Amino acid sequence: MIRETSPETNDDATATAVITAGDYLNKLAGESIERLCREKLDSGVKRLVVDFSETEIINSIGVSILLDVIDSAKKHDAKVVFAELREDSRELFDMLGLTKHVTIV
Amino acid sequence: MIEQQPKLIHAFGALAELGQEVANKNNFQETIRTSLHLVSGALGIMRGGVARYSRFGRELNMLAVRGLGDDFPLSLSLCMEDERQFLANGLNAIEVASARVLPFFQVYSVSIDAKGIELLVPLIIRDEIVGAMFLGEKATGEPYSTYEIEIICAMGRHVGVAIAQRNLMAEIERRAEENRKLFDDLRTTYHDTVKAFAAAIDCKDKYTEGHSVRVGKYSEIIANELDWTADQVEGAATAGYLHDVGKLTVERKIINAPYRINAKESAELNKHPAVGFEILQPIHHPFTDVPLAAKYHHERLDGRGYPDGLIDREIPYIAKLVNLADSFDAMTTDRPYKARRPAGDVIDDMRRNAGQQFAPELVVAFMRGMLRELAGDAKEKRFRRLLGREYMEAEGLTTTLRSALNELRPTSEMTRIDP
Ligand SMILES: [Fe+2]
Ligand SMILES: [Fe+2]
Repeated sequence: MIRETSPETNDDATATAVITAGDYLNKLAGESIERLCREKLDSGVKRLVVDFSETEIINSIGVSILLDVIDSAKKHDAKVVFAELREDSRELFDMLGLTKHVTIV
Repeated sequence: MIEQQPKLIHAFGALAELGQEVANKNNFQETIRTSLHLVSGALGIMRGGVARYSRFGRELNMLAVRGLGDDFPLSLSLCMEDERQFLANGLNAIEVASARVLPFFQVYSVSIDAKGIELLVPLIIRDEIVGAMFLGEKATGEPYSTYEIEIICAMGRHVGVAIAQRNLMAEIERRAEENRKLFDDLRTTYHDTVKAFAAAIDCKDKYTEGHSVRVGKYSEIIANELDWTADQVEGAATAGYLHDVGKLTVERKIINAPYRINAKESAELNKHPAVGFEILQPIHHPFTDVPLAAKYHHERLDGRGYPDGLIDREIPYIAKLVNLADSFDAMTTDRPYKARRPAGDVIDDMRRNAGQQFAPELVVAFMRGMLRELAGDAKEKRFRRLLGREYMEAEGLTTTLRSALNELRPTSEMTRIDP
């Protein structure tokens, strides 16, 4: 399931939304994560935190959907933060260039 | 190359998944969307699209897009030169930067450049363009390497096959539909032809006007009573309509003779079943064995019929059915030398001849149909329409039918119900 916890601050410029990637990311259904991110961005969120604590592995579909998230954030001048990323996923993102576009915490 | 190994493993994983996705034959739209994600995710491609090619409109229609925005055209047309060049190129990636001379890239340069499309892969399956993949820059910002392009083409082949399969299915569905329409047309044509023939046969015989048509209708009633399928019922009706087609070659004066014909004339008339068979045999009849009905409709269970004196089981069932319908019409219509017989008389005749001339279960079916109509259980008053109201309202007809049905055993020793 996509769970969202959105402890948005009152300050619009730093409004943050946390999105849990879950394991849906690796299927076509993962597109809903990207849609959710877009909604957040449209409502003024400037910092998207994608939480990978519930994501074991990330396949190509997952990568593609995350690239869509990054692309949407760019169009909205928002930052993307990847949190709780496993080591092997981080290596994959390095290799494919995703880490160039996000902050990893 | 060593540091590229994890990259390769990741990309090959995507390739394997794509193969599975295409083989699984899920929803086509979903397959294409998934394919686009797999290709993009395999190499970290920021944006792209998959289009299907319409040969007739000569245009690429987008099936799935990622990150191309609303302003990228959903339908892109090719000119003949583009088509020729794409086909010559085969299923290989075209680097946009080095293909600017192609009319396609000139026409769409604004959109292609605005979205940073770097590769176009024409999806060519069996020498036909089925679609194309548009791929933008990579997340790394680096140019595509040779091995990456090879992986893209391998994946493109899968996507192309998925589209080609879909096209083939659509084509098969279209043809099946066309075939069905054609079949309906043929069936109507056949039906009309049969009726026209029946009218032509009846024309020759002015005393028995409408005989073939009535025999067709009685045959239909019997088949219906036997619970035959719609096609079988139609076949029985057709056999009835055409049973006397051989009479077309018998001299008119013999058919119309207002007296009992002599032996020579009789021999001439008795050729009509065999002649009918010859006429009908070369025609393909969609339902029942219509030629056999024509050939044997004057045979009797007891072997005293003609032309071959067959007995019971040797006689095709459809011929037995038409024989009953034929005899019933002969008894219930005025002949040049004989007025029609009263209904009760005819029922009696059929009962007595069940097992001799007629197949008993057919007599039962026929009488049951008549009784149902008299009792008001039939949808249509077919007997009344064919025989006249007065005839069907003959005194005691219901009682006669009931007692005949009580007396009749549904099968003779020799006859077996074989619908
Ligand atoms: Fe006949
Ligand atoms: Fe006849």
